[in-house]
Amino acid sequence: MTTHSGAEDLLRALAPQVLGALVRRYGHFDACEDAVQEALLAAAVQWPEQGIPDNPRGWLITVASRRLTDELRSEYARRRREDTALAMTPLDQFVAPAPGDEYPQAEDDTLTLLFLCCHPALSPSSQVALTLRAVGGLTTAQIARAFLVPESTMGQRISRAKQRIKATGIPFQLPPEPERTDRLDAVLHVLYLIFNEGYTTSSGPDLHRAELTGEAIRLTRGLHRLLPDDGEVAGLLALMVLTDARRPARTRADGGLVPLAEQDRTLWQSGSIEEGVALITRTLARAPLGPYQIQAAIAAVHGEAARAEDTDWPQIVALYRVLARISPGPMVTLNHAIAVAMAQGPQAGLDMLATLDADDRLAEHHRLDAVRAHLLEMAGDRAAARAGYQRAARRTTSLPEQRYLEARAARLAEP
Amino acid sequence: MKYMLLIYNNAAVLEALPAAERDAFMGEVDPIMKELMGSGELVGGEALAHPSNTKTVRVRDGVAATTDGPFAEAKEQLAGYLIVDCETPERAISIAERWPDAKYWAMEVRPIMDTAGTEM
Repeated sequence: MTTHSGAEDLLRALAPQVLGALVRRYGHFDACEDAVQEALLAAAVQWPEQGIPDNPRGWLITVASRRLTDELRSEYARRRREDTALAMTPLDQFVAPAPGDEYPQAEDDTLTLLFLCCHPALSPSSQVALTLRAVGGLTTAQIARAFLVPESTMGQRISRAKQRIKATGIPFQLPPEPERTDRLDAVLHVLYLIFNEGYTTSSGPDLHRAELTGEAIRLTRGLHRLLPDDGEVAGLLALMVLTDARRPARTRADGGLVPLAEQDRTLWQSGSIEEGVALITRTLARAPLGPYQIQAAIAAVHGEAARAEDTDWPQIVALYRVLARISPGPMVTLNHAIAVAMAQGPQAGLDMLATLDADDRLAEHHRLDAVRAHLLEMAGDRAAARAGYQRAARRTTSLPEQRYLEARAARLAEP
Repeated sequence: MKYMLLIYNNAAVLEALPAAERDAFMGEVDPIMKELMGSGELVGGEALAHPSNTKTVRVRDGVAATTDGPFAEAKEQLAGYLIVDCETPERAISIAERWPDAKYWAMEVRPIMDTAGTEM
């Protein structure tokens, strides 16, 4: 009986605190009030039987949040995400702020959570895993399947990431202004990695990895809603949408890769291309230029060509020139060389590739061999092209690429 | 990127090591395994039974012939493998460097083929 009335007193004392924490976090006063009532009811039934939990306020906030999110959003994935957000929030964040302090909004919390998951103290693979779970609401099993590792491996990666956040004392708050741009770059990079992980998967038994593409687009769309004025966020979203539009045309039924020039463009998703083109056009007109925007613009030029031969290569060359200026790198030079070859002939492209031979980052890379072989083929040097394709086939670690490169080499062996 | 770390050793030499030295040798494995499990880099791995348990199978002109013993006549035999998922090839190599067999014999680090690819 003492336990019972002790529990009741405690519940009365805690009820307003719990409600305050929920309203500050979620808004929706009416729904919060209902949810807290249900949590209190659950406590009134369970505590006398099972004892008062070590942290009764935390218990109530957790239970009330579950009820609330159940009601507000029936989607399971959403609930996961917000529970995790809650679990990762230090308890002192639930204390009502002093009068005059701003109440953080739920949207800010999502953004804060995204910054937290992509914190530079975490390794890229941890950032990816944590973002998918905490922000994306995927289960550990789903993430493990997408990355073709055992669930225990992925579980360790996530728990390690969370420990690291705890150990380094990273606060649950938006990064201060001077570092926010860099931190946003890291967030965009993580979203880009997630997208690529899904997009480069061809078909067949790994099809579930393709869900990552949809997840990356969903998360980037959400980020774009939160930061509508950021040109690079919009640029990345446009790049993803435009790239993903080509998905139905990029693989054959047998899983073989179809290069851009040979894709059946009637299979491209025209709605997505329209969306991406409109978004990047709007963005380029008003935001400071950045590498994702330029890559999206290049994807848009490809998207607007009804046939490969209609591609506006001089325009693409011009875009690569800008990209090389603001974000130089060997992969940019490589793609720039392809565009130059298409616009000005293979020799101009080959000359540009020659500058990469001394670059350690790429000299041994199969992409350099593959592109050079392609340009040599264009130039009519079949023997050198064949040798290049074979060298690239030996160096790649991708099965579909290897198949494609071997087929190119074999075709050149025929008289 | 996933890598297979192939562990090569000479079972006879390993057996002939003094007990203390062999224990020390085996003991070096535990902290590495613990680290790889904790970091979420370990994907899998197995130790192979003594090479004398090997059967080598060949089919010639449709006829199967099975012989005892490993195919390769080298002194060093494959003793087991690890599969790790690492951020960089350098990291995979550094794990191999710390594996005790590398001090006496050798480790091979080989990237695992991926089923993903870009539209080239």
